[in-house]
Amino acid sequence: MSLPKKPVLGILADNLRLRKSVLPLSKRTHTRWSKGLNIPHGGETVIYTGHMYQLIPKIGAMANRMAKFENSWIRRWMGLGRAANKVINLSRFMAHAKKSERRAYDRVLRNIALLLQAAGVEFGYLYGDELYSGALLYDQGIDTILLPHARRVQAMLAEHGVRRVITVDPHTTNMLRSVYPEILGDFDVEVKNYLEVLAERELPAKNPLKGPMTIHDSCVYARYEEVINQPRHLLTKAGASLKEPELSGKNTHCCGGPIESLFPGKAHKIALKRVEQLSATSCPVAVMCPICMVNLKGATNGANTQFSDIADVLASAVLDDAPQARQTTKRKEK
Amino acid sequence: MAKINAKFIEEVGARFDASACMSCGACTALCPVEIGLLPRALFRFTMLGQDEKILENEDTIFSCLLCRMCEVNCPAEVPIAENVRLLRGYFNTHVFDLAR
Repeated sequence: MSLPKKPVLGILADNLRLRKSVLPLSKRTHTRWSKGLNIPHGGETVIYTGHMYQLIPKIGAMANRMAKFENSWIRRWMGLGRAANKVINLSRFMAHAKKSERRAYDRVLRNIALLLQAAGVEFGYLYGDELYSGALLYDQGIDTILLPHARRVQAMLAEHGVRRVITVDPHTTNMLRSVYPEILGDFDVEVKNYLEVLAERELPAKNPLKGPMTIHDSCVYARYEEVINQPRHLLTKAGASLKEPELSGKNTHCCGGPIESLFPGKAHKIALKRVEQLSATSCPVAVMCPICMVNLKGATNGANTQFSDIADVLASAVLDDAPQARQTTKRKEK
Repeated sequence: MAKINAKFIEEVGARFDASACMSCGACTALCPVEIGLLPRALFRFTMLGQDEKILENEDTIFSCLLCRMCEVNCPAEVPIAENVRLLRGYFNTHVFDLAR
């Protein structure tokens, strides 16, 4: 059984149309990760988070709550929820992200920015003006709501004079690089992912990684955007010896995340299967997508497998000062 | 007796691209969701204008991960994920009426 599609998809579509995001968060929440990094406002080249890492702690909390509704009588009343959500943003009250989770995902964004700075990349940030890409609505085929939003993002980038963006997650990369040019026709912003940008530069490892490591490829990076070799190159240069899981690269296995909003039960089963494949390598796992991270972590069931975002892993090897990333690694190693 | 809906073919069929599908079943065998029906049967229903059959398979269509495991291994290079997305769009417009 799935969650009722009409109200769930309706709420996501209404939120994007009315509040510019499928799951609206405050500007403070979106930009908190950048505090103290002194990233210039705007510029021709900007880092573009697309809000994915910031949304994940909330999405994780919401998914846990929604999973309880999947086989419950409450699902029958979700239509009323959609009507109420048009007036007031219900997601504010439905579930609260854990502070530790928010910090962990903010830390990944900080480490991405610090890695780019360490590699000598000059970039700005649009802070509170940045918008969500609309990836979830695109996947669900809600193009009538997505198109005006995509135009809104295009206008915002033009207003700031942005010519190049450095994306940080697979879904935003795919939207801006492949989907927007197709649906808008005249979207001419150059889009590169930070892993591609870093792989083109020298990034010496000051504290080389030790031991083997497994990579979980994101479906979107591997099969939509051809980002397969760059993370391997970066991890190898940082000192890791890579051990491929049962399915990897172009044939990677999905984390289940794309159907979490409608079929939480099925999504969890797929994640369990993937965790089993990754755990079989007996190595720590580097993950490149925040959606993969939240789904795989939620399916570990007490297994010892360590999941870290690749940005945290690279930061611990490359940066002089990545204390939070190292603390996390140590804590997990205990 | 199967009903043919010409309007359905007109609306979805213009962008739908599955004519190269040879029903080899590689997609079904590789699907991480283990969807038995998707995609080859859905493609036939669509190309034949059998919208009733499509509407019967709402869960199948929305539980596709769009992960493209099937697509990169399709010997006929059918854009499977985009086809599924188009079918979702048909539901969103004609069943869920999401624009309201």
